[in-house]
Amino acid sequence: MAQRLVVVGNGMAGVRAIEEILLRRGGESFDIIVFGDEPYGNYNRILLSNVLAGSDGADEIYLNGLDWYNDNDIDLRAGVRVVRIDRFARLVHADDGSVTRYDYLILATGSRSFFPPMAGLWADDKALTDGVFGFRTLDDCVGMITQAAHRTKAVVIGGGLLGLEAARGLQNRGLTVDVVHAGPTLMNAQLDDVAGGILRKSVQGIGITVHLDKRTTEVRTDEHGRLAGIVFSDGSSIDCDMLVIAAGIRPNVGLAQRAGLTVERAIVVDDHMRSIDDDNIYVVGECAQHRGQVYGLVAPLWEQATVLADHVTGTDRSAAYHGSRTATKLKVAGVDVAAMGLKAPELDDDEFVQYSEPRHGVYKTIVIRDGKLVGATLLGDVSKVSFLMQAFDSGLPLPDERVSLMFDIGTPDVAVGVAELSDDAQVCNCNGVNKATLVSCVQGGETSVTGVMAKTKAGKGCGSCKELVGQIVEWAAGGAVTDDPSASWYVPGIPYDKPTLMRHIRELELHSVSSVFTALAPDGLEDANSKMALASLLETMWADEFVDERDARFVNDRVHANIQRDGTFSVVPQMKGGVTNPWQLRRIADVADKYAIPMIKLTGGQRIDLLGVRKEDLPAVWADLDMPSGYAYGKSFRTVKTCVGSDFCRYGLGDSTALGIAIEERYQGLASPAKMKLAVTGCPRNCAEALCKDLGVVAVGDGRWEVYVGGAAGAHIRKGDLLATVDDPETVVMLTGRFLQYYRENANWLERTYTFVPRVGIDQIRALVVDDVEGVAAGLDARMQKSVDAYRDPWQDGREPVTEGQFRTSLPLLSLPQVPVR
Amino acid sequence: MTDVEIGSVDEVPVGEARTFAVDGEQIAVFRLRDGSLRAIDAVCPHKGGPLADGLADERVVVCPLHGHTFDLSTGSEAGGADMSVRSYEVSAVDGAIRITNQTT
Repeated sequence: MAQRLVVVGNGMAGVRAIEEILLRRGGESFDIIVFGDEPYGNYNRILLSNVLAGSDGADEIYLNGLDWYNDNDIDLRAGVRVVRIDRFARLVHADDGSVTRYDYLILATGSRSFFPPMAGLWADDKALTDGVFGFRTLDDCVGMITQAAHRTKAVVIGGGLLGLEAARGLQNRGLTVDVVHAGPTLMNAQLDDVAGGILRKSVQGIGITVHLDKRTTEVRTDEHGRLAGIVFSDGSSIDCDMLVIAAGIRPNVGLAQRAGLTVERAIVVDDHMRSIDDDNIYVVGECAQHRGQVYGLVAPLWEQATVLADHVTGTDRSAAYHGSRTATKLKVAGVDVAAMGLKAPELDDDEFVQYSEPRHGVYKTIVIRDGKLVGATLLGDVSKVSFLMQAFDSGLPLPDERVSLMFDIGTPDVAVGVAELSDDAQVCNCNGVNKATLVSCVQGGETSVTGVMAKTKAGKGCGSCKELVGQIVEWAAGGAVTDDPSASWYVPGIPYDKPTLMRHIRELELHSVSSVFTALAPDGLEDANSKMALASLLETMWADEFVDERDARFVNDRVHANIQRDGTFSVVPQMKGGVTNPWQLRRIADVADKYAIPMIKLTGGQRIDLLGVRKEDLPAVWADLDMPSGYAYGKSFRTVKTCVGSDFCRYGLGDSTALGIAIEERYQGLASPAKMKLAVTGCPRNCAEALCKDLGVVAVGDGRWEVYVGGAAGAHIRKGDLLATVDDPETVVMLTGRFLQYYRENANWLERTYTFVPRVGIDQIRALVVDDVEGVAAGLDARMQKSVDAYRDPWQDGREPVTEGQFRTSLPLLSLPQVPVR
Repeated sequence: MTDVEIGSVDEVPVGEARTFAVDGEQIAVFRLRDGSLRAIDAVCPHKGGPLADGLADERVVVCPLHGHTFDLSTGSEAGGADMSVRSYEVSAVDGAIRITNQTT
């Protein structure tokens, strides 16, 4: 029989915990009942500031509508407050008189606004005085919005993050706003005095008056009971007709306290997120105190929910929460702020690096302990925040020139020896594998690079970390790396390198993946992990003669769209050279409306990405778009990025736009060992970033063009090597084809040009494809022409599916898209 | 869930899989190139990936999201990760897919 799981609190923490439990099949083992104090579904509290500021509507911030509760068989008791827990009988009593039995209880009661004691704040026992608001719930927020229309002067008590956001929101709504802060420093939880001072100047600069060191003692009303102003402890006062109290939050712990659970600042939990007093009661979110810490940010809450779910469902009874490092990046009152870890040095040996430029509102500090970043504050300029957050999270070794942590001064030397990398440094970001995992895999007896990759999944995502994985394995094995014969095979399931494999395929005339396995694999055995690479190779070799068995295709190539984390797909129509027109834009807009596309994103390749499309909607989306595929999902020719060229740009030396479109028209959709991204730019200012593309073309004047190959600006940064400088666009198009064909025929599977070009050597490539010293150019050109001629827009599949159920959902019981829900 | 007919073999192309909803469960049925059928849970226990969309061979399916690999007969993770899916006894009876038993 299913056990009964009762959740008290329908906020972000409670519902996230339920989502994690459902992911672990908890829906089967538990009947879930949720009590929510507020009479709504679950909403994103972080976005209340946006609702107040008017940038989001109140109905846009819901995370899970009532459907979600129904679909997952969750019994939601919205607007019902739990008033008592009987731990011994395992019952919860609610204010509607109901009594509910539980096997497991999750307390996710969150926090409430803290109202400092001051005279006249309350109209009666429950209601605040006219014009006074907390800033915590959707009701608070909607109340403020309604009242803001009739009021002119607001005071916000509290100069922390929430107070400043409230101030900015009310200012947006036309009110004059003062902020009153009891301490000497704005946002003192995150900022030191200097930073607080600079922030104060910026906030005042946008017209918000700031009063520091002011303790409010009294709320004044007029004879009709309407709010008139506030009085400070020093006797001074401010008139106002609206007052927002954002002086901090307090965890809701009354219920737990009455139930006899240990409560200090919040409910004390163990590493499994259980109350230390009761194994059947879990606690998550702002009402939980773990190892002395109470977290008010969202990221720790996600981590807690994961541990809780692993534990309560029995998926992993050893799952343990070890606390979170908290880092925040936000814009407060128009100022960028990022803060992580310590805001000031604490030990004598801590290094403290500080930069201050008050006139421009810029301030940066960094705290380093034992060579590791333990704290950083950035104000006004947060350009280095991603690097710092990474260093903070993973304990990366830091550059010796500490100043390069704050500014981009040339390229700091980030190539760190593998020996120095800390054990918890993330190596494979796609699959979350750190150095220690790799090392322990080697110590467990796996001494080949491919073996370690197979066991840990490191390098099995985008593949960009393979080199580093190899170095770590080598280092961990102390030079005893097993030479793995399969390392030279093109695919893991067939024992030949690429030239031998291609020769056999050609001689035996193997046109389909299944025929390759039958003829060449040991015992004729199929191998799932070889299929995608073989299909790509056969398409490259045979073009129109390739027999396209769809079961050998990765799902992206089966349905010509890019699979997303929730099983929906992204759709990117072709937009040659990044040039579009009103007709296309109208089509895209209409499709986005019609199919309720959750996100429309401009891509780095100058196209428009429609994200969150259900598989079964793909044919209809394509039909309505009536544009060809942009191939944004395949190991294939992707895009040609261009600048505006010579028609409009006053610096343009060559018609880069026309040339880019011509290249894309000719080579669109070509299969290749890894994706190929190109660019053409009209002058050496290089607005289309051609120097860091797989193939980039730069107009240099007098009708001349430079062709660069092997550039990258993704997981790796590499400036392309100059292949040739030529006199006309036709030669550019021809050389592009020849280089791409040479790459297609000779690169290893998933080997991008930035690895391929230096491996072969630019001189060798130039000798073969430009100077044609071995006489291979004509053959390359002819085989490329064969592939070009075989182009077919894959989105034609939408009209007539090539397999039964090609676009049938693979998750029929899930309501997709789940983004932006998670 | 024992002995239920969940769909027709023709719905599953050779070498691929399709998901069927049965009693509130999602089951991925694979039709191997040798003609035989395999059935496992349709959702990857790692991050919820759709296993019917994965590349498969005669032994395993590879989740399309993060590459976790599951044995089609036993449901265990082939790379040694501590996770598994349920597998089911499945057969074709007069062109219909019949699930007879949960095997793990």
